[in-house]
Amino acid sequence: MTELLDILAQPAFWVAVLRIATPLIFGTLGVLLCERAGVLNLGIEGIMVAGAFAGWLGVYLGLPLWGGVAVAALTGAAFGLLHAVLTVGLALSQHVAGLGITLLATALSYYGYRVSFPKVNTPPTITPFAPMEGLGIPVLSGQTPLTLLALLLVPALAWWLYRTPSGLALRMVGENPQAAEGQGLSVGRTRTAGIVAGSALMGVAGSFLTLSAFNAFFFNMVNGRGWICVALVVFASWRPGKALLGALLFAFFDALQLRLQQSGGSTLPYQLYLMLPYALSILALVVVARKASYPQALMKPYRKGER
Amino acid sequence: MTEAPGTAPVLQLQGITKRFGSLVANDNISLSLNAGEVLALLGENGAGKSTLMSILFGHYRADAGHITLHGQPLPPGNPAAALAAGIGMVHQHFTLADNLSVLDNVILGTEPLWQPWSARARARARLLEVGQRFGLTVQPEARVGQLSVGERQRVEILKALYRGARILILDEPTAVLTPQESEALFDTLAQLVREGLSVIFISHKLAEVLRVSHRVAVLRGGRLVAEAPAAGTSQAQLAQWMVGHAVSAPERRPAGAPGPVACELRGVSTPAGQRERLSQVNLQLRAREIVAIAGVSGNGQLALAELLCGSRRAAQGEVLLQGQPLQAAPAWLVTQGVARIPEDRHAVGVVGDLPVWENAVSERLRHPVFSRWGWVRRAVARQHAQRVIEAFDVRGAGPLSPARALSGGNMQKLILGRALLPLPGQAASQGPCLIVAHQPTWGLDIGAVAYVQQQLLAARDAGAAVLLISDDLDEVLALGDRIAVMHHGHLSPAHPATHWSRESIGLAMAGGPVSAPTQLTTETP
Amino acid sequence: MRLEKRHQASPLAHVLAPLGAIAFTLLISALLVLWAGAPVGRTYGLLVQGGFGSLFAWSETLTRATPLIFTGLAAAVAFRARLFNIGAEGQLYAGALAAVAVGGVHDSAGWALPLPLLFTLMLLAAAAAGALLLLGPALLKSRLGVDEVVTTLLLNFMALLGVSALLDGPMKDPTALGWPQSVALQPELELSRLIEGTRVHTGLLLAAVLCLAVWVLMRFTVLGFDIRATGANARAAAFAGVATGRTALLVAVMSGALAGLAGAIEVAGRTSYVTLDMSPGYGYSGIVIAMLAGLHPLGVLAASIFVAGVQVGADSMSRAVGVPTYIADVIVAASLLSVLVATLLTQYRVRLK
Repeated sequence: MTELLDILAQPAFWVAVLRIATPLIFGTLGVLLCERAGVLNLGIEGIMVAGAFAGWLGVYLGLPLWGGVAVAALTGAAFGLLHAVLTVGLALSQHVAGLGITLLATALSYYGYRVSFPKVNTPPTITPFAPMEGLGIPVLSGQTPLTLLALLLVPALAWWLYRTPSGLALRMVGENPQAAEGQGLSVGRTRTAGIVAGSALMGVAGSFLTLSAFNAFFFNMVNGRGWICVALVVFASWRPGKALLGALLFAFFDALQLRLQQSGGSTLPYQLYLMLPYALSILALVVVARKASYPQALMKPYRKGER
Repeated sequence: MTEAPGTAPVLQLQGITKRFGSLVANDNISLSLNAGEVLALLGENGAGKSTLMSILFGHYRADAGHITLHGQPLPPGNPAAALAAGIGMVHQHFTLADNLSVLDNVILGTEPLWQPWSARARARARLLEVGQRFGLTVQPEARVGQLSVGERQRVEILKALYRGARILILDEPTAVLTPQESEALFDTLAQLVREGLSVIFISHKLAEVLRVSHRVAVLRGGRLVAEAPAAGTSQAQLAQWMVGHAVSAPERRPAGAPGPVACELRGVSTPAGQRERLSQVNLQLRAREIVAIAGVSGNGQLALAELLCGSRRAAQGEVLLQGQPLQAAPAWLVTQGVARIPEDRHAVGVVGDLPVWENAVSERLRHPVFSRWGWVRRAVARQHAQRVIEAFDVRGAGPLSPARALSGGNMQKLILGRALLPLPGQAASQGPCLIVAHQPTWGLDIGAVAYVQQQLLAARDAGAAVLLISDDLDEVLALGDRIAVMHHGHLSPAHPATHWSRESIGLAMAGGPVSAPTQLTTETP
Repeated sequence: MRLEKRHQASPLAHVLAPLGAIAFTLLISALLVLWAGAPVGRTYGLLVQGGFGSLFAWSETLTRATPLIFTGLAAAVAFRARLFNIGAEGQLYAGALAAVAVGGVHDSAGWALPLPLLFTLMLLAAAAAGALLLLGPALLKSRLGVDEVVTTLLLNFMALLGVSALLDGPMKDPTALGWPQSVALQPELELSRLIEGTRVHTGLLLAAVLCLAVWVLMRFTVLGFDIRATGANARAAAFAGVATGRTALLVAVMSGALAGLAGAIEVAGRTSYVTLDMSPGYGYSGIVIAMLAGLHPLGVLAASIFVAGVQVGADSMSRAVGVPTYIADVIVAASLLSVLVATLLTQYRVRLK
């Protein structure tokens, strides 16, 4: 117990929590946008890989860091557009389209990496984002600008979703697309916009891994974070504020298990600690299962004018 | 009905034609609408009324023809253009998001999408003002999911009025209302007309149409077959236009003496928290008798149907089938000779992706006739399916096609045949002992309606007890030997049909008192 | 964009569509080959040769296809009932571990039971292990409505970590000099070769038999009807008297068992040990295979051979020309999406407004 309190007392711990939470915040908000529009985007795992690779490659080839982030966002948006064409335009199964995109994006990224760096023993590196020392706020100072962006994005997205006409339009196509159509909106265009924007955020989530948390791209980097975001969205009841809470909670336990491993001198195999984040995600899903108020049109394809 | 409308046409449809594949839904239709007028659009299911209005509102694009509004052409295929031109539509199935508030549903699409703010306070004030002007009260912050059906319809109407609609299209608005709520709607329509709006009123209910409208247009088979002022036209004339020939009431022999009790409910209540509830329901269903349950959909009919179809359990009271407790298991009910016709053909009645023949035997696959040791006897099953298809005239898709290819009427015939046709080896007279029919003629054309009603009467005469749940008052009055009314989960006593009148049923549907039978009836013990 | 139903779908279209899709995929992948700086024609030639060009190539392809058929069937059976089992990867490892637990050389001898009995027990243990792993998510779905896609996915990660922990600890091979692998399987339990001098083993026959069995089950039995009805429309199936809850659980058991068997067959036929890298994503490939096959059991056979051939061919091609082997994954993933679109286009026409 004292061991636990020791860990919690160190500011470095909380810095790590925010750092681990950042890609989860971006990713969860990305899934949130897609699902609020009524579409399940299982391509997130692959899009995060693609964002990580593309962003990193951009910087390696000479772009400034924010340029790399932009490239990652565009990459995510491109895969999002593909997803939208398949699921909104062609009304294909959202499960299949998403999984197909994850496989495709991952394979393309690994292929691209191997083609670009065929014979390397140590992965090539770039100079990542530096911590923002000058801020003066305790835990935030140790963070990189992307983390600050993630934190600011939460209230911005909440404002947009609940207090603007376009946010209302997005929510409506996820609840009752016929209603949106009847009020003169284009369901197809609104959903596509939601998916593309959400996928761009997923790309940025991936770029955080290669441009901030680490400085190189390596295989199995994303390691299931995308799927965890899908679980976190349900836990967050599709609300940005609760998404932030979920990401922080998850990051807390992830950071904790790492430190418990190190300080423990423990008898438990380290793999059990590593299992903790995944087990918690499943637990989170179970806890909210009964009460989940889904966007009512989630996963129901909308075929306009079909008899 | 009301004072004469203005004579300048505000809306003109000319030569509207629309095809879906080989089906001609609208064939060269030309109509006009004047200011301050209520035009009723009448026709059977499938006659093309909804299609025509969907074209007007921009959901579909016509293949030929054009529409002019105040002399200006209306851009086709675009609800936004229709809304901007002042056309509003209240759809038959409400287009409202349950999880959002009334205000959210109303202001959607009224503000430019690039705006990073929303003028909600101003919108709320305007909504209340519009509501007051037309006599429609709503609470802007209420969550739509918690509103009653009548309240939701008011929100739908306000959506259009808020946007300044001058032409309002109402698609079967009274289908979900009690007679009293319908009266309130008619008052609203009168108010709209006083304010100079024009209304197009789609319906298949003849009496209403004559009451409410100035002019009537009748569609049949996609064509406009008649147009006349409402004054001076009779219901019989309208029916004849709708069907194309003189319509006579379905032939029925009055019921003989009812037989023994096939099914009984004593003090039955269903658990809370489910969609629709029953409260302390008592009911007896006897052989050779049709008991018709009247009432507006949503008052507990679903609970009653699901209870007797095996999808729901009772929380209190007893349900007896042939004297033994009823098990909430569809498979058991089928073996006990209960024929079930569900309300939702597509979602519950058939498995759309599976072929017609498998759907024809789906309920009885476990019967030794059709399977042994878990293996399906395909030849026997296919043969029986063929018999069902022939005996019940199922057309439009072969036995191997997926069931969702069937039209509504043919699907219903398949479901009937599946439930009523005796198994190979069973005597022709050994039909079901109880038939539970939940809205069996909903959405069918007159031919199919007559067929289904005929089958129910025939089954009754062959000895079955029939429970007919219908929100069509005409059907209830035509078929029911005894009639009971459902309201908020409570079921009135099932008095003989002669005891009831439209008015007394309407009162009971709205929760009013039900009087005891005035004449002595011999209740067979 | 708008979809318009076609009047008649010509039968020729049904055959041409998947072929057209694959041709389109190869065209797109050619761009990737060019990016790697390799000659396109030669690359594809080597790929086809490496997968299908000789007896040896075929033997490697079939060896590779064997576990894919099992995981493909696992996915096909589950998806048919709308149970999206993405956890075949973890179930495979669980099955492999269970097989070694029963049939392994423990204390240098292993369990002394008559061989046929031991072999059967080994397979049953593997099936049970896979089934149990899927039962959790299946129950969560039926009791609490928890979406099984995410739970089965996350369980994959947990299962692999569990296997890793066991291989580091109780199930470690003491003779392996610290390398994390399990004890070996008893040599008598290993599957024999189908063709001498190659790696193709009798597990392939079991796989083919199971394909046939699943097809017969789906088409000719009451259970098969129950599964298809539950997957197509659970409400209507329940109304017709199908025990949908029980059917869903049965499907979970079958699907998990098939994936578990994949692990056992791999151990008994190819590796003899359980290691952490024994499956290069067989579980995930199985899902792609099932979808390519349209969830048809016999189609799984063909799709598995296609995917295995591409992967084996890419391995051999990569050694010669230097194009990274990941191109195989790109081809397979792109094929999946193209086949789906092509199949849709046989039923609908696309109208750009």
